[in-house]
Amino acid sequence: MARVGVFVCWCGSNIARTVDVQRVAEAARRIPGVVFSTDYKYMCSEPGQTMVRDAIREHRLDRVVVASCSPRLHEPTFQRCIAEAGLNPYLVEMANIREHCSWVHQDREAATEKAIDLVRMAVAKARRDFPLFRNEIPITKRALVIGGGVAGIQAALDIADAGYPVTLVERTPSIGGRMAQYDKTFPTLDCAACILTPKMVDCASHPNITILTYAEVEEVSGFVGNFTVRIRRRARGVDMEKCTGCGVCYSKCPVKVPNEFEEGMGERRAIYVPFPQAVPNVPVIDRQHCRLNNGLKCGVCQKLCPTGAIAYDQEDEVITGQFGAIVVATGFKMWDHSQIGEYGYGGIPDVISGLQFERLMNASGPTEGKIVRPSDHRPPKTVVFVACVGSRSENHGHEYCSKVCCMYTAKHALLLKEKYPDTQAYVFYMDIRANGKGYEEFVRRTIEEYGAHYIRGRVSRIYRHGDRVVVKGADTLLGRPVEIDADLVVLATAMEPQDDAKELARRLGISTDQHNWFSEAHPKLKPVEVLSSGIYLAGACQYPKDIPDTVAQASGAASKVAGLFSKPHLLSEPMIASVREEDCVACGQCVRVCPFSAIELVDVNGKNGASRRAARVNEGLCHGCGTCVAGCRGSCIDLRGFTNAQVLSEIDALALA
Amino acid sequence: MADTQEYSGTALTEAQSSSGDWEPRILGILCNWCSYAGADLAGSARLLHPPNVRIIRVPCSGRVDPQFVLKGFMRGFDGVLVSGCHPGDCHYAKGNYYARRRLTLLTRFLETMGIPRERFQFQWVSASEGARWAESVREMTERIRKLGPFQGVGRPVPLLIPVAATRDEPRELEVKAQ
Repeated sequence: MARVGVFVCWCGSNIARTVDVQRVAEAARRIPGVVFSTDYKYMCSEPGQTMVRDAIREHRLDRVVVASCSPRLHEPTFQRCIAEAGLNPYLVEMANIREHCSWVHQDREAATEKAIDLVRMAVAKARRDFPLFRNEIPITKRALVIGGGVAGIQAALDIADAGYPVTLVERTPSIGGRMAQYDKTFPTLDCAACILTPKMVDCASHPNITILTYAEVEEVSGFVGNFTVRIRRRARGVDMEKCTGCGVCYSKCPVKVPNEFEEGMGERRAIYVPFPQAVPNVPVIDRQHCRLNNGLKCGVCQKLCPTGAIAYDQEDEVITGQFGAIVVATGFKMWDHSQIGEYGYGGIPDVISGLQFERLMNASGPTEGKIVRPSDHRPPKTVVFVACVGSRSENHGHEYCSKVCCMYTAKHALLLKEKYPDTQAYVFYMDIRANGKGYEEFVRRTIEEYGAHYIRGRVSRIYRHGDRVVVKGADTLLGRPVEIDADLVVLATAMEPQDDAKELARRLGISTDQHNWFSEAHPKLKPVEVLSSGIYLAGACQYPKDIPDTVAQASGAASKVAGLFSKPHLLSEPMIASVREEDCVACGQCVRVCPFSAIELVDVNGKNGASRRAARVNEGLCHGCGTCVAGCRGSCIDLRGFTNAQVLSEIDALALA
Repeated sequence: MADTQEYSGTALTEAQSSSGDWEPRILGILCNWCSYAGADLAGSARLLHPPNVRIIRVPCSGRVDPQFVLKGFMRGFDGVLVSGCHPGDCHYAKGNYYARRRLTLLTRFLETMGIPRERFQFQWVSASEGARWAESVREMTERIRKLGPFQGVGRPVPLLIPVAATRDEPRELEVKAQ
């Protein structure tokens, strides 16, 4: 028989003004199982806690009920308190007689009766409490960073600097990501490569970082501290040990294909490095286009390679690794504007995307930094920039703002005017959203110092007229239609999640929103975490972000990982589900409903040594929601701390005679 | 399951017999992360509401076994109120979706058991909706007050579907109050 002690708090006058605390304490004494009850002005104060500890010793209490404020506030306080008196911390229950009673009722009689009921329920539950323990779970102190853009690079560097090994997985042949494609960065106009490439090199030379390029995550299992990840490293066709990066192979390769890195505006070979500063500086053979791979005669690169690094028969390598934490930094892609009929279905060569314009401006781009029209390579005299192309548009499936377009459009207009002061720059915008440090000033500079013409309104149609491009729109501030004869039109297209974001989310067991951006655990208070512990988000895979926000979040994710790894081991949740294996018939209902994939069917020893199936809860994965318990057909799975018997006894405690 | 013998007779019955007026008794089962926190917020904001609800805290509305609701009615509560996180806001990602399915089915089952569905409410209240919680308690209390005391489970309602197709006549489902 449990020996319950009840401690009723006045909370100064917060409770005592409305609830007759002495009467509650007296009534508590008559509840079966209660051997001691008292009231005190501030139960959470040091004297109050001493009173609890002394009573536990004096009256040999083995369960404690504190009738005071919400357990969401002081449950940890009293758990610590009774643990100091030698009781298991999970043997305390709280009756919430402040938030749910004295603060919301005025009738002293009714409030007191309710308080007594709440104590009655808490006592009934406490009597069925049993000691709970947190198990120690070991941590594999190696992090996996998925995505080698600026987010992944920053996260990897920060984790590595904290002293933990990191594996950085990148799908393309080089790390660097989108930022490597950019020319200058707003609002300071730093050259993107000048600030990014040192970080890429740091990554490559850091003793704690292993870079796996041309590789993808295929399968993830396990849980926080103990993930098992299968990574497929695609065959590069070049031996990374032997290659010196001299570049003879790709200078002589006879196959020319459109260059993805130049957004289709330049050419690359079938064996190539995506850009000159690539890390690792080792070419890759594009098997889709390689002549030899298509049954044609070639082998030029192999003949020319001075170190014999070309290996046509190289095969994909599957690497299975153990990781304690995962940072997801897979970035975004640009929406393809060829879906917009009124802007020419992408068929007008001189209507280009912002990212293509970025490559045109870049000194290492296809035109070596000269801004020319893709159609005839003439420098444009009039350039029209259109913001919000596909963004903030239900019609195109992106209700959201892509966040960076206002700023990079201003940057494009400014750089254009700086390079070619005689060129006219027009910007069509919906609103100017320049909400960052130095952003508003930057836009004002573009307009006031550089003389870009900002027109508030939408562009309704873009079409070819002779060798020019006509842009028809509206100036909604002046309330009249506008028509501009342009040489070049630059569309600030929407940012979108990667095509396979949903698939990666499925592999990781994390969720996405309706657009397939990865969902954070809490939009305000847990913007870096996801609902599954041990997995963190960095950068634009979560939502459109600019570089400062991306880097900040990447460092945030890295500090979360370092915090996790700084502990000697993890402690499991004590209030989790557990299966009575002898009763389980392995119907699998709990497996299906578990939001955390924490339950699996395993072989257990049955009668007479025979093997049979039963559900088993993975303590590292279970979050203790209890969805499985309510779904179990045989009531053979229960939730520690909130058992069926406990909840039902709370109801029984108030039963009418 | 739980031994109930020693819990007969409650403060509420005493209160009722002394005042003579009947007051609705409502069982509230609230998820820890949204609705319980919402009820806490109603408290911190001092949003007055009737003292007729007794709250049980569970981690998630997905934890709510339909038998908790039935048990509430069988133990003489006049109404049962289950409250969880809004769809999409579940702390455990999707527990509230399971709750919604189970409790929607339960609502239909209650009628067959002779429990008017107006006595049962399943709702969403977030941690920031203290006012919504207070309002829902007001509404539910008033609705139950109008319905009057719950007469107890056990007045069977004819089932529309035969319990077993092999039987010649449709059998009525009988559940007696304990």
